[in-house]
Amino acid sequence: MNYSSFRFIDTKDALSLKFKGELTLYNLTLYQKQVEGAFFSKEKKIILDLSELEFIDTAGALFLNNLQKKLHTKKVQFEIDCKHQDVLAMLLLVQKQSLTTSAVQKKKKRNYIEKLGENSYKNYLSFLSFLAFMGELFMHKLHYLFSFKSIRYKEMAFEINESAIKAFGIIALTSFLIGVVIAYQSSVQLKQYGANIFIVDMLGLSVLRELSPLITAIVIAGRSGSAFTAQIGAMKITQELEAMQTMGFDPFRFLVLPKIAALMLTMPIMIFVSDVMAIIGGMVVANLDLGITVDMFLDRFSNVIAVRHFLVGIFKGPFFAFLIAAIAIYRGLLVKDDTQSIGFNTTKSVVESIFAVIICDAVFSIAFTNLGI
Amino acid sequence: MENIIKVKGVKTEFDDRVIHKNISLSVPKGSIYGLLGPSGCGKTTLLKEMVMLQEFHGGTIEVLGKSLKNISYDDAMSLRRQWGVLFQMGALFSSLSIRDNIALPLVEYTDLSEAMISEIVAFKINIVGLKASDAHLYPSQISGGMKKKAALARALAMDPKLLFLDEPTSGLDPISSRDFDALILKLRDLLGLTIVMVSHDLRSIYDTLDYAAVLDDKKVVYEGNLDNIFSVENNFIKTFFSGVQR
Repeated sequence: MNYSSFRFIDTKDALSLKFKGELTLYNLTLYQKQVEGAFFSKEKKIILDLSELEFIDTAGALFLNNLQKKLHTKKVQFEIDCKHQDVLAMLLLVQKQSLTTSAVQKKKKRNYIEKLGENSYKNYLSFLSFLAFMGELFMHKLHYLFSFKSIRYKEMAFEINESAIKAFGIIALTSFLIGVVIAYQSSVQLKQYGANIFIVDMLGLSVLRELSPLITAIVIAGRSGSAFTAQIGAMKITQELEAMQTMGFDPFRFLVLPKIAALMLTMPIMIFVSDVMAIIGGMVVANLDLGITVDMFLDRFSNVIAVRHFLVGIFKGPFFAFLIAAIAIYRGLLVKDDTQSIGFNTTKSVVESIFAVIICDAVFSIAFTNLGI
Repeated sequence: MENIIKVKGVKTEFDDRVIHKNISLSVPKGSIYGLLGPSGCGKTTLLKEMVMLQEFHGGTIEVLGKSLKNISYDDAMSLRRQWGVLFQMGALFSSLSIRDNIALPLVEYTDLSEAMISEIVAFKINIVGLKASDAHLYPSQISGGMKKKAALARALAMDPKLLFLDEPTSGLDPISSRDFDALILKLRDLLGLTIVMVSHDLRSIYDTLDYAAVLDDKKVVYEGNLDNIFSVENNFIKTFFSGVQR
């Protein structure tokens, strides 16, 4: 029912603003425009005629209150004509509240230099806090190195199952496919030179030294690292970590060390599985595409690929595992009391741990080459 | 009477926001002591400082005769075995059933037999008013009131001398709240506990507390029993306590 209306009634000595029906959020803007467009002279008295107003909400009352203030500062005479109890009560409420309400300050905008400075400082602080975390971790490791009794074998076994054994399937599949792809791509080139047999050298070196450790690390970072972050983050939100602390259960001992140790122990095994699967993948392509039989492949393999290449790949495992687990757990501990920060920190954890793994791999690569391994 | 917790001149700041300016209070042994005050006055922060979850930046806190500043690892561990903490949302370990939650400290800290632990757990479950048949449910499967009771049972598992409760009746319906109050009183009488609690629940404050400290405007504006609460001129006390007659 649209019975609300607003109009000016101009008489000789007074200008009357007549509101009728309802004055609410829905029709306020329309009226506001008309009123703001109007000219109020000091000579004429203003009458806010609310006598036929039946309902007013807080927005309407605020509008009228502001209008009164405006008239007051302009020193225009005005009066309110209203007998409806509810309307008066609402006006009074708004008037009373407006005395104690202070405007909400707009957030101060900062310029680029300020933002840049703040961000750099924050990054610096987060770097420091990561170092602090590493320090604490190291102290705890030392502590438990000397007391075998307090190692949490049960938790460790659980983590080994969760984050390593259950990951064998996906690692095997990914590695097999990578082996197939690498062999297939290079077979096209090798065929042109009739150098078919060198597929073995190529595959053996690249897979054992670089590809398998990296693929394994990336899969584990995406699969188990993110799970660590999310789990510890959720425990932080539900105050489970604090509960543990007050009960004297060191979270480092119960949550952090078992996870890190489990990954460090199983990473070499996972890399081994990945090695085997990738070579099998390459072998299949070599057989079908290049006509190299399995016998020939293995014969050549044992002749040209030294054991040290395999060992180099395996050796990287624990280092990658440590980086992935440490970053994932650190990110989990950074989660604040809101659900959004779980998502944020999980993303960060995966990105940072893959980045750290690649940097670590580069360092190893340079070091091993210079050492002639 | 002997004081079990002594807080002297504690100062707390988060960045440049001052939370506590100069807080001093002491909790007598065997009492139920309330930390009261408007939202955001730092009650929970003070409670967290008492249980070593939060650092403070000045003054001293002494719990069970040990100063918390620069406390040694062994002292800290022994303190942690002598108190129980009930968190606002219970903070039960979500991967363990109620029974295992309660049994956890016993399993970790003692060499009791499995049968003995089960017996103790059954006793604690009974004393907080849970049903034995609920023991194998997980925290996600039980109601808010049950969670609080289970968390209380866990806090009591090691028979602590000191119990910290962070808003024990928040989120409970009035009947459960009164039950919980009665439970706290009963436990204090049965086990001789000293209880420190943060609360907003006026009924529960009047029903359970022996002493209270009112925190407002970064300091303690009143400390003592509730009878003389109106002896100080404070806005919060006036509006908060004048609503209900004893």
